[in-house]
Amino acid sequence: MHAEGNVDNAPPLLEVRGVTKRFAGVCALNNVNLNIRRGEVHAVIGENGAGKSTLMKVLAGVQPPDVGEVLLDGKAVHIDSVHTALNLGISLIHQELNLADNLDVGANIFLGREPRKLGLIDFGRIRRESKKYLDMVALDESPTTRVSHLTIGRQQMVEIAKALSVNARILIMDEPTSSLTQHEAEQLFQVIRQLREQGVSIIYISHRLGEVKELADRVTVLRDGENAGGLDREEIEHDRMVQLMVGRDISQFYARRPHSIGKPMLEVKELRTNAWPHHASSFTVHAGEMLGVAGLVGAGRTEMLRAIFGVDSMLGGEVRVENKTLTLRSCRDAIDAGLALVPEDRKQQGLILEMGIRNNIGLPGLSRHKHGPAFLNRTRERQDASRMIAELQIKTPSDQQLAQYLSGGNQQKIVLAKWLSMEPRVLLLDEPTRGVDIGAKQEIYRLMEELAERGVGILFVSSEMEEVLSMSDRVIVMHEGRVSGELQRDELSEEAVMKLATGSTPVAAEV
Amino acid sequence: MKKILGIFGLLVFICVMTALMSDRFLTEFNVENLIRRTALFGIISIGASFVIITSGIDLSIGSVVCLIGCLLPWMLVEKELGVPLSLLLVVGISLAIGLSHGLLITKMKLQPFVVTLCGLLLYRGITRGLVQDQTQGFKSGFSTLRELSQGQMPLPGTEFGIPNPCLILLVVAILAIIFLNFTIYGRYMLALGRNEEATRYSGINTDRMIILAYVICGMLSGLGGMLFVLDVGSAQPVDFGSFYELYAIAAAVLGGCSLRGGEGTIIGVVIGAAVMQVLKNSITLIDWIPTNIEYAVIGAVILGGVVVDELVKRFAAKRRAMAQANQ
Repeated sequence: MHAEGNVDNAPPLLEVRGVTKRFAGVCALNNVNLNIRRGEVHAVIGENGAGKSTLMKVLAGVQPPDVGEVLLDGKAVHIDSVHTALNLGISLIHQELNLADNLDVGANIFLGREPRKLGLIDFGRIRRESKKYLDMVALDESPTTRVSHLTIGRQQMVEIAKALSVNARILIMDEPTSSLTQHEAEQLFQVIRQLREQGVSIIYISHRLGEVKELADRVTVLRDGENAGGLDREEIEHDRMVQLMVGRDISQFYARRPHSIGKPMLEVKELRTNAWPHHASSFTVHAGEMLGVAGLVGAGRTEMLRAIFGVDSMLGGEVRVENKTLTLRSCRDAIDAGLALVPEDRKQQGLILEMGIRNNIGLPGLSRHKHGPAFLNRTRERQDASRMIAELQIKTPSDQQLAQYLSGGNQQKIVLAKWLSMEPRVLLLDEPTRGVDIGAKQEIYRLMEELAERGVGILFVSSEMEEVLSMSDRVIVMHEGRVSGELQRDELSEEAVMKLATGSTPVAAEV
Repeated sequence: MKKILGIFGLLVFICVMTALMSDRFLTEFNVENLIRRTALFGIISIGASFVIITSGIDLSIGSVVCLIGCLLPWMLVEKELGVPLSLLLVVGISLAIGLSHGLLITKMKLQPFVVTLCGLLLYRGITRGLVQDQTQGFKSGFSTLRELSQGQMPLPGTEFGIPNPCLILLVVAILAIIFLNFTIYGRYMLALGRNEEATRYSGINTDRMIILAYVICGMLSGLGGMLFVLDVGSAQPVDFGSFYELYAIAAAVLGGCSLRGGEGTIIGVVIGAAVMQVLKNSITLIDWIPTNIEYAVIGAVILGGVVVDELVKRFAAKRRAMAQANQ
């Protein structure tokens, strides 16, 4: 790896020409072209299903293309396996980290390629060599630290170090910041820039257009498996990217309609949770109001929602809904008071993946609509499901389809449908659009707006700055388990939120 | 549905093969005996399937059968407690066992395997200590009570009758089917077996449902233990009911329950129990199969069954993927 500058007119390091890939008749990629220069950060963006992952799988040797060729250094290469790709210096880092977290850092970096001495693992060499790669990603950790003791951000760095250890020239990163805090993401960007300086090319896949704008030298946009356009450094702008991705004008995308705000619906007083036992938060959500909760990952936002919804017991404080104090022994008490929670992890907490859409939507309402002592009201369940599928435009062949076979956006809509069928008075949303494509995002926003107009109080936690800034009537920012500040709609700016989120503004002593 | 047809096909196949190879298979005595054994094992298998549906396991079933099977004659004959009080104690003990398993698993967050493994050791040990390893029997008394297992309901107009355990199984199975498929609690169990966390987030008291599953299992094991001992007349604490939990779990798995939870039908489980009994019976009847390899044959058949099931599942998944891609 030589230190090379970013030379614009050098021949491309990697070139993809006219690649087509079909899966049983469906064209996942159609005549796609892509070229990557030496030492550039090249973002590949597109909605879910646009073909990004398939293209990356072609490059990483997971799936060979049907038609088309891949050229490396101007020579056609046949990438028929992950092994071949690695030998050519192409390494893919998956969105979900693939580390064995019961092993230490060094063992993970050399997993499957352990250096040996006398047939036994040469731990000394693993330690020495790991250190070298850890330095490259500026990770100040010992190779003997167990991976499970590291934060997600640091684990990501280990993953990158592992990719570098096979002498990768092209690093493919799939949504690398999806579970990182703002601070960790900044560190990652720093490392990416350093790697670029060292001549490593990075293919960067992300939904977060803000990051793309910040990092990318060039952008390739895919739409429905085809090239939708490319942007050079100076052309990279949010609206242009979105326009190319969705192929339509989206100037109306984030626009909120003005509406009136009513009486207090949810009052939280001096709430303390396990995340920050000594810090308390207080705030109020009004009818028809969208209160955004900003903050860094680990600020205690999810824990707060979980406590309000009765998933975890609170350490102290009071939750009032429509002027009645709740006794929260379980989620049932919260649901009966008119609360609903769309949780952070939809696959684990929101849905039962191996159950049909109808049964998923019906689950919380079964006891409310039961016949006699405990008999299922199947008619009601069916009606609720078909009404919700129509209302939320969930795309599915039948309401018996298992939730696991749907796209992320449609899965999230099922979670919403499940709670909307309960007609909540206050809706709690935890990262409502994480891992959801732009089309579904837009529909989720529309739905939130409609609910607010109907007088539902909405409290939503989001780590996406644009979402917080554009959707909220008011924002509270959390820092280390307490509300560090509150911003009205006209005071909202990225800078103001970040200041409060990082605690750089003095916090009025609470508790 | 397809799964039930599969296991039913296996049952028919084994029956036909055995009938062809042994002329003793279809005799009145053998068929009646087979139905009786199937009914008894069916009852404890239904108990096991409830626990398995919640993605748990109960290894203590055989020991509960032993405990109840020895205690009932002991209470009646040795202690002369009288029938009503003895039955009440049987119900109380079974309930307490199921309840304590459920509480340890949900409130103490212990693993079902560990809790019920300890149960397996505990109840057999307690039984053996209590009755000093002496065989417990009804002597020749309590014939009315023993009618529960030994009697039959005559079918009008014929010389045949339906064995009473079969009627009891029928009642238990119908109640279980109604519970599992037509009540909200049944739905809760199926849901939590697949994903307990999401079920809890939906406002369902999952702990209570899990406890209920272990109570049902404990009660049915107790009922099974009582019927087993009423059937054979005496019980040896050393080996009465030993391995029955494995028969029950195997029947549940053959009948379509997944040990990952959330899956299973009562009809399938009863057919599964029948497969186990017919298999045992055919090994005894068919001369060229040595009786001492009984376990090996049963193991091989179950293994074959789950392998075929898995292959069918993979084939279906592949077809679905193709169909989806073709849309």
